[in-house]
Amino acid sequence: MDLLRSIGITEIVFQLMLVNAILGLSIYLTLYTGMFSLANAGFMAIGAYVGVVLTQNYDLPLWAALIGGMIAAGIVAVPIGLPVLRLRDIYLAIATIGFGEVVRILILNFDTLASSISGESVQLTRGALGITGIPKITETWQLLLFLVVTVYILVRLHRSRFGRAMAAIRQDEQAAATMGINVVYIKNTVFIFSAILAASAGVLKAHLTRTISPGDYGFDQVVNILAFAVLGGTSTWLGPIVGGFVLTALPEILREFKQYRGIVNGVILLVVIVYLPGGLVNINGWKRLWRRIRGQPSVIERIQQNTRSG
Amino acid sequence: MNITQQIVNAIWLGGVYSLFALGYALVFSVLGVLNLAHSAVFMWGAFIGLVAVTQLNVSVWAAIPLAMVVSGVISIVLDVLAFAPLRRRNAPRISQLISSIGAAILLVNIAQLIFGTQPQRFPLGSIPSDPLEGLPIRITPIQIIILLVAITLMAVLQYLVVRTRAGQAMRAVAFNQRVASLLGINSGNVFRMTFFLAGALAGAAGVLFGLAYNTITPFMGDSVALKGLTVIVLGGLGNIQGAVVGGFVVAALEVFSIAAGGSNYREAFVFTLLFLILLFRPQGLVGQAAETRA
Repeated sequence: MDLLRSIGITEIVFQLMLVNAILGLSIYLTLYTGMFSLANAGFMAIGAYVGVVLTQNYDLPLWAALIGGMIAAGIVAVPIGLPVLRLRDIYLAIATIGFGEVVRILILNFDTLASSISGESVQLTRGALGITGIPKITETWQLLLFLVVTVYILVRLHRSRFGRAMAAIRQDEQAAATMGINVVYIKNTVFIFSAILAASAGVLKAHLTRTISPGDYGFDQVVNILAFAVLGGTSTWLGPIVGGFVLTALPEILREFKQYRGIVNGVILLVVIVYLPGGLVNINGWKRLWRRIRGQPSVIERIQQNTRSG
Repeated sequence: MNITQQIVNAIWLGGVYSLFALGYALVFSVLGVLNLAHSAVFMWGAFIGLVAVTQLNVSVWAAIPLAMVVSGVISIVLDVLAFAPLRRRNAPRISQLISSIGAAILLVNIAQLIFGTQPQRFPLGSIPSDPLEGLPIRITPIQIIILLVAITLMAVLQYLVVRTRAGQAMRAVAFNQRVASLLGINSGNVFRMTFFLAGALAGAAGVLFGLAYNTITPFMGDSVALKGLTVIVLGGLGNIQGAVVGGFVVAALEVFSIAAGGSNYREAFVFTLLFLILLFRPQGLVGQAAETRA
């Protein structure tokens, strides 16, 4: 532990690594099903605000706030998912970005909106400043337990009929539908799961960082979450966890180069997507990279070179 | 609420939005990818314009073309680093979207390192700012200049794309890259040219936006990025004329929602519109019947 601390991984950093792993898994679920949804920051915001209101205004324990935040996000995900999941790749991405921004703006203006409707002064989300002084009640063992349980459920899911259907939809949606898979049902259920997972991360993180504001859940946050999954790779559940760990720990390890932190993040994302398309957790990708460095094209690349017309 | 005044505001703001969104649309129509680093090029354009005026002591008139050229070159570099390697591998469009995000992060952070995070301004008097006299509404010279420059550039782009051989090559590649290559069009050059034009338009939009609001920060691209997305969705992704129409529609929506007292919600209006358009008219407002796109 001392070794970890000496390179900059303190307890709070480790806790954030766990939270970010959960966030990575939330976008992994939708990516694994072939849906390029960027709604996760929005759901994270819903979870965080509902959870914090439950612990602060109603004095409920963390587990109750967690369940409350998850239920709220799950309920919101139904009417959003049904129409939006008809869209594909870039169109789905844009629509879900739009959703995230609307959530952010609604939270920003919730108090004035609620005040004008109810006629009394409402102070719940506290506008752009956000909520401060949240009790720090999330413990490391709770995060670890949550992550382990999530991974256990994911592993069981992948081996189930439902999980196979998810993989089939990612491969080819139309073929999957032809084989009798209820694509709409699977996609929407996965979308709801993903929303619930993002919301739980939101609740847990809010009770770690002790302050939340609408600005924490903007487009930057979605980009971060996406980076966790893409960096680690989305072919196994291990990928987003590794991605979340690396992207959270690396800036701390490199804290002497603090001003270059953003540049390093950008470069990592670019290099991985260009040279390791399967992410860090992908043996074939490393093998391909090794062959490229040594200058031997793989069989497939040689065939591609021979047949390329442009 | 003075309706005429609001219409005037919507028109010049729409000019900037359209100019910015045209670059998005151009890249999408030719390559079929969404370049999320476009807003970072826009921000760089503004900074280059600023540096040209403050450090090189050139006039704003010279700063705009200078910013356009440099932004165009930045955009080509972007293509070489972030898009071309993936294109060669036939990577899915989503990978290219993600690599453009990486490039955007990189560009914004480099700008932060060089220019700092404090808002910067064009020096006073670099452009006349007093409203024109003798008019019932408030119009400043900068607003007229913005509109004129925007319209001129749009006209030039339309001419390039429709009338010239290079534009013909662009449209051919947009239609079908493989067939275009078979017919002897160098698609690599067409891609680079597309990125240059898109970057130049973003650069011009950046300088004009910087002049209009006179606060230039490394993060100025963020709000425009998502608005530009709305604009091109509204116009139909990859539809160049649609992007122009969309820019004015989004600007009008924004200006009128502010005027109606909803300034806190103006972005919520814009994104709700985005949402609805995607659900009900994914081909855009001016688009024709949908292909199997969405």
